[in-house]
Amino acid sequence: MAIMVPGDPGSVSEPGQATPTLLGTAGGLPAPAGAGITGVRSLRRMTRAVTSNRKATVGALLLLFFCLVALFPGVIAHDNPSAEIYPRHLGPSAQHLLGTTAFGQDLFAQLVWGTRPVLLIALLAGFGATIIAMLVGVASAFLGGAWDGTLGLITDVLLVIPLFPLLIIIASYLHGAGTTVLIAVIILTSWSYTARQLRAQALSLRSRDFLNAARVRGERSLYIIVVEIIPTMTSLLVAAFLTNALYAVLFSASLQFIGLGDPSSTSWGTMLYWAENAEAFQTGQAQWIIAPGLCIVALGAGFALLNYAFDEIGNPALRPVRSMRVRSVKNLK
Amino acid sequence: MRFVLRRLGFFLLTLWVALTLNFVLPRLMPGNPALAAIANHKGVISPQALKALEAQFGLNTHQNLVAQYFRYLGDTATGNWGESLTTQPGNSVAHMVLDAIPWTLGLVGVTTVLAFVLGTVIGIVGAWRRGGHLDSLMPPVFVIMTVIPYFWMGLILILIFGVKLHWLPYFFTYNITLTPGLNWAFISNVLEHAILPAFTLLITTIGTWILTMRNTMITTLAEDYVRMARAKGLPGYRIMFDYAARNAILPNLTGFAMSLGFVVGGAILIEEVFNYEGVGYLLLQAVNNDDYPLMQALFLLITVAVLLAILLSDIAVAILDPRTRAAS
Repeated sequence: MAIMVPGDPGSVSEPGQATPTLLGTAGGLPAPAGAGITGVRSLRRMTRAVTSNRKATVGALLLLFFCLVALFPGVIAHDNPSAEIYPRHLGPSAQHLLGTTAFGQDLFAQLVWGTRPVLLIALLAGFGATIIAMLVGVASAFLGGAWDGTLGLITDVLLVIPLFPLLIIIASYLHGAGTTVLIAVIILTSWSYTARQLRAQALSLRSRDFLNAARVRGERSLYIIVVEIIPTMTSLLVAAFLTNALYAVLFSASLQFIGLGDPSSTSWGTMLYWAENAEAFQTGQAQWIIAPGLCIVALGAGFALLNYAFDEIGNPALRPVRSMRVRSVKNLK
Repeated sequence: MRFVLRRLGFFLLTLWVALTLNFVLPRLMPGNPALAAIANHKGVISPQALKALEAQFGLNTHQNLVAQYFRYLGDTATGNWGESLTTQPGNSVAHMVLDAIPWTLGLVGVTTVLAFVLGTVIGIVGAWRRGGHLDSLMPPVFVIMTVIPYFWMGLILILIFGVKLHWLPYFFTYNITLTPGLNWAFISNVLEHAILPAFTLLITTIGTWILTMRNTMITTLAEDYVRMARAKGLPGYRIMFDYAARNAILPNLTGFAMSLGFVVGGAILIEEVFNYEGVGYLLLQAVNNDDYPLMQALFLLITVAVLLAILLSDIAVAILDPRTRAAS
């Protein structure tokens, strides 16, 4: 939880024009060179960038791994994750790779089957929050005037209200609400950060020639936003999605850990909740707490590394210098 | 001045939104959950307190919503936050909250400032020695460190230093056999109990400050005035701190203020894991016991604390950066 992903305001705003108000800091990625390219081509460019940046490759592989586990959990773990049928408190063995819980469930099976709900929350909440952020950000940049003022204010207010306590309060009012409600609440509260970044990017596009051309052609606002503006923001949208998905993973795990998720579902956060309740450390079952936490960190690292790599791709100054030095030495020879 | 006034206006607006959320949320929820919680405690708390609570959550009252709303605003402003339902039945919420504040302020406040200062310095040095050992190792390590859930880090530290090594205490704010007082035995005990939670918060938050500072610093180092300073032959440490870092720190300071909300949120779980009786621990107790009046008061308190910190950092930025004053 409580994470600021690298790639936040400070990291990319131009120091020469450091605007310290909230309104100015979320600079986002610098505008990709040649903002006129279509979405498909910038996606292809992104794929190439991912394979050439080591952090991005590691991040992408981590995400791919967890996606595969979430899609085919039955192939990896043959035990039923919620069946309380085994001897309790077993240590790791060939039958039970990570041992069993205090309730006689197979820990490894729980870990594997628990991937699916976590990833589902990450993808859905990340997607939902990004859509809202995109609508708010683009609308506020494109419509300008009073719209911009109002939407900007709403975004800023939501940005500074402590999200996690708010989430806790809402979740506790909603008593034992299911995963759907959890996702909805996360979406509604967490879009503001990326909305700021997307607004800044859309603002920088507003007076570009290709948009003026569209206006002169007499296209409607909706057409211009959907067909002309949004495709040019693909890379930033992907970065926003990664940020939001990471928040969703951490927020949901934290809420589940304090028992505000659905305790009967099998998920990494709920595993930690039950482990803490069963005092897993005192009973010598450290792996019950270590394993789900490591999975959260690994999945989170996947999102964060990929996101950080996007920053490096967008802002060449941040790239590791070693490779540049080698190249320049070769050129000299 | 106008800049600070504008920020003050924003502060008040956000405060109003938080207050209104507090008022609206229980009334929006299906079946008003506060109803059941309050009904369960008819015998436990005094009839007047019960009436006040019912008014607070909009039950059995003949006032219309607008009147309820203004009454709620007035009560909140005058510190009339009601009584705890379940956590400490009948106890004044304001009292309980005031008892918890010093612990959180001491733990989270001090550690957060420490993490920011330390992280910023490491970020400055890392960016200055571009391509050195520190810098090539830093980004991936700290990116991963920023995604570690606070509470899990706390659990792992408990496992290592508490359960396995028995080096440090990990339960409560001090040893309950001691009587609180201004003597060394008590103070050292309090400090000892703060080490593990403070360390948890430090290592989970420092990565963010290091990375943001490093990245702004790198961009700043490419500026012409830095090149000019080098050309003049100024010593390295002067360029690093007086020229580059001084400018790079401004956006970082704003970032610091903005992410305080996240830090405070995460600290809630650290307090829970260590049973550290601060504001966050109290909030989770309130949540577990459906103690809605306590919950509302704590949410407001946390929001105000974060807003105050943001306002302070805004003022700091206005003092440090003449451009903000000129721009507004």
